[in-house]
Formats: sequence, structure tokens, C-alpha cells
Amino acid sequence: MKVKYFAWVRERIGKAEETIEPPADVRTVSELIAWLTAQGEGYAYAFEKPKVIRTAIDQTHVQPDTAISGAREIAFFPPMTGG
Amino acid sequence: MTAIVTVRVQHEDFDTAAEIAALGKGRTDIGAIVSFSGLCRGNDHETPISALTLEHYPGMAEAEIMRHAEQAMARWPLQGLTVIHRFGRITPGENIVLVVTASSHRQAAFEAAEFLMDYLKTNAPFWKREETEDGGSWVEAKSHDDAAAARWTK
Repeated sequence: MKVKYFAWVRERIGKAEETIEPPADVRTVSELIAWLTAQGEGYAYAFEKPKVIRTAIDQTHVQPDTAISGAREIAFFPPMTGG
Repeated sequence: MTAIVTVRVQHEDFDTAAEIAALGKGRTDIGAIVSFSGLCRGNDHETPISALTLEHYPGMAEAEIMRHAEQAMARWPLQGLTVIHRFGRITPGENIVLVVTASSHRQAAFEAAEFLMDYLKTNAPFWKREETEDGGSWVEAKSHDDAAAARWTK
């Protein structure tokens, strides 16, 4: 699946997007965040406070317990500050 | 007449007066047009700001604003609405966002404009980065913005 990062999540990880293949036992958004956290220092820094991170699946906001199966694009980002 | 919903996400500036005029053009069923303009300030509390850079999530930004525009159309008797949100580097005094709502009577237009702005702040995927003398920093989300959006779910 394709993953996108925005704002300081993007800066801490050091890339705007990538394709990942998490193992089959990673089923929810919060499990995916936990898996990504273990992928390196930048990831650990970006996801150090997982409760702060917002997630969208296929460009719609989702919750931490949302299943990721069938997702084409998952995005992680800080709370929004537009308007 | 049919309601006209316009959502645009763009770097270019917009003409607030022209957008207001466009929403009411050729119609006699509109009795109230409310507009809100959000501008870039030159300071954040005491700190001078030389510019804001707005990052956005292309595709989702448009989709999320459209979802809230549709909610506003369903919730209030509106003749039309326009939302324009800019991205990229914006300097103090420039426009950032515009919400225009049109209705037969003022209450619906006022409420829908406020609803749209409250949700844009907390749900539209935009992130502001401030440029200051000592570099810059990401603007932190404010809890009073969450509270403002939450009151519409009551």
C-alpha cells in the first residue's frame, strides 16, 4: 500500500510518500503506526506520541481502530491547522 | 433555481468582491450573503512573522471541504456557497481562505459560514508553517478550534 506523510510527520520521517508491505498481522491503523514506529529513528520520532497523529484512508479521516485491509492510500499527519 | 456549490483549492489569490458578486448574479431569491475572509497576520502574539507556508493534501483537501459543503447544504436552506482555500507561501496581509454563503434570510447564511469555518480549521488537511527571524515552526492546533467544531454536533 501507498503511505503519505505531511507536515512535521513528513519532515521527521524524511520522505513524503513510500510503498510499504506490513505483515498480515498488522490489521488496524494503530497497529500500523506501531509497526512503522519500529522502522527506524525518524519513524520513532514522528510517531513518538501516537495519540496526536491523525490518519486518513483513501482520503477520508479514520480512527485508530479502523481496519486497513483494502486501503490503497494511507496518510499520516499532525492535527490540522488550516482555515 | 438550483444551488451553486463552488470549492477551490489553489495557490493563486482570489477576489473576494468578485466571488460574492458571482454567487448572487442573476438571482432574485437570495436575501442574504455572508462572507468570511481569513488573512495572514504579521505576528503570532509577540513574534513577527514574515510569511506562512500552507502545506496541503491534494485531493483530500478538496474532498473534505466538499463533504462539509454538502453537510451545510443539507443542514441549512442555502441558495449557494463558495469556499476557496489557498496553499503555498502567503505573506502578511494576503488572503488565506474565503467562505461565502447565500440564503433567503441571514440566520442560515451566518450559521452555515461559521459551521464551514469551524470545520475547515479542524478537518481540512492543511498545515501552516510560520516563517520567523529564527527560522520557522509548525503552527500548533488549538483546543478552542476543536471545541468550536464540536458544538455543531450537538
